[in-house]
Amino acid sequence: MNDSASNGAKLPASKRVALAGWGRYPICESDVFRPEKFADLAAVVSSNAHKLIARGAGRAYGDAALNADSRVVDIQRLNRMLSFDPESGILQAEAGVTLDEIIRVFLPRGFFPAVVPGTRHVTLGGSIASDIHGKSHHRESSFGTHVLWFDLMLASGEVRRCSREENSDLFWATIGGMGLTGVILEVAMRLRHVESAYIKGEMKRVANVDQAIEAFERTDQLYGCSMAWIDCIASGGSLGRSVLHVGDFAPREALPQKLRLEPLCAKEKTSPPVPFNLPNFALNSLSMRAFNLAYYAIHRDHPDLVVPYDVFFFPLDSIHNWNRIYGTRGFVQYQCVWPLEESRAGLIETLEAISGSGRASFLAVLKKFGAQDGMLSFPMPGYTLALDFPVTGGLLEFLDRLDAMVLKRGGRVYLAKDARMRPDTFRAMYPKLDAWRAAKAQADPNNHLSSTLSRRLQMDPA
Amino acid sequence: MKFASIGAHLYLAARDKTENDRIANDISVRAGVSAMAGTFDASDFASHSELIERATKELGGLDGVVLCFGTLGDEDKAQVDASEALATIHQNFTGAVSLLTIAAHKLEAQGTGFIVVIGSVAGDRGRKRNYVYGSAKGALHLFVQGLRARLSKTKVHVMTVILGTVDTRMTWGREGTMFVVPPERAADLIFEAWRKKRDVVYVPSFWRPIMAVVRAIPERIFKHSSF
Repeated sequence: MNDSASNGAKLPASKRVALAGWGRYPICESDVFRPEKFADLAAVVSSNAHKLIARGAGRAYGDAALNADSRVVDIQRLNRMLSFDPESGILQAEAGVTLDEIIRVFLPRGFFPAVVPGTRHVTLGGSIASDIHGKSHHRESSFGTHVLWFDLMLASGEVRRCSREENSDLFWATIGGMGLTGVILEVAMRLRHVESAYIKGEMKRVANVDQAIEAFERTDQLYGCSMAWIDCIASGGSLGRSVLHVGDFAPREALPQKLRLEPLCAKEKTSPPVPFNLPNFALNSLSMRAFNLAYYAIHRDHPDLVVPYDVFFFPLDSIHNWNRIYGTRGFVQYQCVWPLEESRAGLIETLEAISGSGRASFLAVLKKFGAQDGMLSFPMPGYTLALDFPVTGGLLEFLDRLDAMVLKRGGRVYLAKDARMRPDTFRAMYPKLDAWRAAKAQADPNNHLSSTLSRRLQMDPA
Repeated sequence: MKFASIGAHLYLAARDKTENDRIANDISVRAGVSAMAGTFDASDFASHSELIERATKELGGLDGVVLCFGTLGDEDKAQVDASEALATIHQNFTGAVSLLTIAAHKLEAQGTGFIVVIGSVAGDRGRKRNYVYGSAKGALHLFVQGLRARLSKTKVHVMTVILGTVDTRMTWGREGTMFVVPPERAADLIFEAWRKKRDVVYVPSFWRPIMAVVRAIPERIFKHSSF
């Protein structure tokens, strides 16, 4: 074992840590480095003694930021904001900066990220590596769309500026590239201008899959953000009944009088945290059934609804450590997308399989995607369904079945949430894999950058 | 960052120019104040006077100084290599003495201001593991104590922060570190103490009773302990 970096810099101290993704499954031990200076990061990256993967806030659900018995470099301490231009909304910041920090600093000044996922606690580096999407995808596409350039440290320690013009292959291979092309150092991205911290829109209950799709199609052009919580326990004529919530950032004058004085300051909503792992039986098919029933029952139609941005975008962030509700066994997120023309059939088939299996998902989310660029980016025009399942007996076989159903309709499964897909399924779902492998081979010829996920899915070029 | 959040303009002086520039940019972007960066080396005593002048000029005045530097050095090497031991002393103690003398003189002349010095619980008792660093910090505590007494008749507030273990690169992966707090928490506590014009503050406060116990252990026993 050679512990000095090829550039001669001293390798900083590491710590042996058992890491997991947000789903708390699987758990792997790694030597974790946490550089606070670029020189230390360079020493870690260019030390070629072990496989290495960068890790941000650890919010990928599965094994994307895990590296069993190898090295992980935590980039959260490289989180400096470097410049901001209020004219263009362009922010330049290090990869460890989180969307939470960006919102805290810039929402009071009238700016917001164009794309936010279901949690604000993700880093810029992770957002690029997973090319995250959110409720605005049908209008704003994915996170990478709003990135102008980034600096990438290759396995050799060399730093390359990547944009649509410069090193464009590497740019597109890194967006959605799961951290396997290099370590993202610095990012320039465009924030969008907003007039308030509130979302104005509608909430609507729909009785089944067809009505849900119809509601998405109707509101597609009207609103910049949309999602539906879907009851995945209902069956028969109620299969796919949902609560649709759509909206846009409210202009100042659209706010109720009392909010107009400070339109950019929404009071943060917090609930008590989940203090410990709930017992594994707490979430069983009965309690999830009850939850799903109640969720649908308590919501009413609101044709004109104003809510704070965090309630709309980050409902689960208000419950700190919500992943503990699944207990120590952990859970698996499953998110798939079907091409538009296959979406209805795919959705019905999948929901039927779930309700037929007796498994229930605590939270299931339906959303329509728009256009998408990229090599390994997950979205495609069509409908996406996100589910989570506690890790119980037979789950992996059941998800393999869902994979086959998604694959045969030309759909795919999201890597940032995956912990269990098979390599041949992955290959078939991501048709631009060869182009990505070519770019990866150029940037990292020895496959120094590697993760538990990349080895499981056999992503590395031969 | 806490000072910037109340609208203070800052001049950051540090050894590593690249990192210091980034930190200054970060403070400017987040807090919307001007944060300037200049390089300085604690062991380059001759440069200290000029540094204080430069900072005063660029800020258009000097309200106070926060002295926050230190390095553990290579403790094993410092036990056998006098030059390593002296380097640790210079970086943690004599460099601070030089800078504080110049700054105190300036603040004393203007009659108001503040001096915040970050010390360490390692300076409360000599331990076999890090006594070189510890002795430098302990000496620093005494120096600041005397300085505070001397400036007690002026309106210059002198505060000693006795910092426990903070979750930074200094402690990451180091075995046997206990009661580690995140840097943001330490910063909040220091800032709060500064607002209350405290003289000596343990950060976090639970270190005060811990160190009282550690200091009370008879030397005969302590010298054999694995602390």
